[in-house]
Amino acid sequence: MYAFDYHQPKSVDEAAQMLGAKPEPKLLAGGMSLLPTLKLRLAQYTDLVDLSAIDSIKGIERDGDALVIGAMTRHVEVATSDTVKRAIPALTTLAGGIGDPLVRNRGTMGGSIANADPAADYPSAVLGLGATVITDKRQIAGDDFFKGLFETALEPGEIVMAVRYPVPLQAAYIKYPNPASRFALVGVFVARTAAGVRVAVTGAGPCVFRLTDAEALLAKNFSAAALENFTVKPDGLNADIHATAEYRAHAVAVMLKRAVAAAGGNT
Amino acid sequence: MPVVTMTVNGEARSAEVEGRTLLVEFLRNHLGLTGTHVGCDTTQCGCCTVHVNGVAIKSCTALAVALDGAAVTTIEGLAQNGKLHPMQEAFREHHALQCGFCTPGMIMSAIDMVRRNGHALDERTVRKQLEGNICRCTGYHNIVTAVQAGAAAMKGQ
Ligand SMILES: Cc1cc2nc3c(=O)[nH]c(=O)nc-3n(C[C@H](O)[C@H](O)[C@H](O)COP(=O)(O)OP(=O)(O)OC[C@H]3O[C@@H](n4cnc5c(N)ncnc54)[C@H](O)[C@@H]3O)c2cc1C
Ligand code: FES
Ligand code: FES
Repeated sequence: MYAFDYHQPKSVDEAAQMLGAKPEPKLLAGGMSLLPTLKLRLAQYTDLVDLSAIDSIKGIERDGDALVIGAMTRHVEVATSDTVKRAIPALTTLAGGIGDPLVRNRGTMGGSIANADPAADYPSAVLGLGATVITDKRQIAGDDFFKGLFETALEPGEIVMAVRYPVPLQAAYIKYPNPASRFALVGVFVARTAAGVRVAVTGAGPCVFRLTDAEALLAKNFSAAALENFTVKPDGLNADIHATAEYRAHAVAVMLKRAVAAAGGNT
Repeated sequence: MPVVTMTVNGEARSAEVEGRTLLVEFLRNHLGLTGTHVGCDTTQCGCCTVHVNGVAIKSCTALAVALDGAAVTTIEGLAQNGKLHPMQEAFREHHALQCGFCTPGMIMSAIDMVRRNGHALDERTVRKQLEGNICRCTGYHNIVTAVQAGAAAMKGQ
């Protein structure tokens, strides 16, 4: 790792000030994506601003028809929370399937969505539930948050404070994990909400995306049977040593059907 | 340079570190506790697993400065009065190691697994919960058996 100065602010305001005052600062959350990158010297920063001592952006709360999860809430807390399980059990499954127990003990929800790894799990929940990302500057709709490979709508120095997930009528997340890393080779989040059906796919493309043609089929009939002849085109999907684009396209359709069945859609 | 102080295996230990000093470097290089191993550069192998405030983490992917004031337990801190911890004893008894490189991490992870999942662990649970620890020698079979036996033995602790 290249050398840097370390800071541990006690509030979001203090963190924002530091980000504004340092030449090349970077936020540190659970460190499960950032520290491996720094160890391999793939990036260099003058200052790391650690969010781990800021209590106001930790925790899980049911707020009316939504679940609000603080950015610094660790994966293990979401995976084991009764509040989450009662409101959105699909999130319990999602958080409990991230990496391994040691990664889940450190990694955070805010870090996961800010990082926007194309194979990360959380982005599919933000998009699939039509969640709202709350930062220190504004609120960003889930549909506008993910912009591309490791790219989000966040501006330099902007801090994610929480995400507000609307509680759906039915939802499920199914991933086909890469057997080595546990990241999603493909992962599908499906939700039937008061505002309609949403399907979000991670792992398959450069960035999480919605599958609008499947949404239209499911809006008419929320069942795996409605998807019987549904296929996904491989154009533009990821192809790497783990899987071809054709393989991923096929796996998306299979995971989608399983997700609809798991969400309790008529079979 | 910042000075960090942690309670390591029950003793207060301090050292001057850099911002970038990893917890595992603090333990191995500054404190000479070389039982905690480093097996990879990618946060995948789990050889470096220790307990920080009672929770198992990969010490190769945490900054020492960030953990000022924490209580840390390493493999060296498990045996009490010359007697192995029940999980260590179970690994010995069930021949759950060959080269032994992964073993400290396996044992620290296994003890955390008992904290999270209780003493009656089925094989599937053990295998799933050991996903963060890689062994390139044993084929895992004896490790799984040892974790189940160690978990049960910890009940009487
Ligand atoms: C072995 C291994 C397996 C993994 N498997 C999976 C998996 O199966 N699925 C999966 O989804 N992920 C997986 N991950 C990644 C893991 O979920 C990380 O925890 C997550 O991607 C990043 O969260 P973090 O809290 O560790 O963030 P960090 O690594 O600390 O930060 C990541 C990025 O987010 C920025 N950031 C952090 N917090 C904020 C904030 N509040 N506001 C703005 N920017 C912020 C940081 O500046 C940095 O750029 C794995 C990681 C490892 C090491
Ligand atoms: S050394 Fe491999 S995970 Fe820490
Ligand atoms: S015993 Fe050799 S790596 Fe596990």
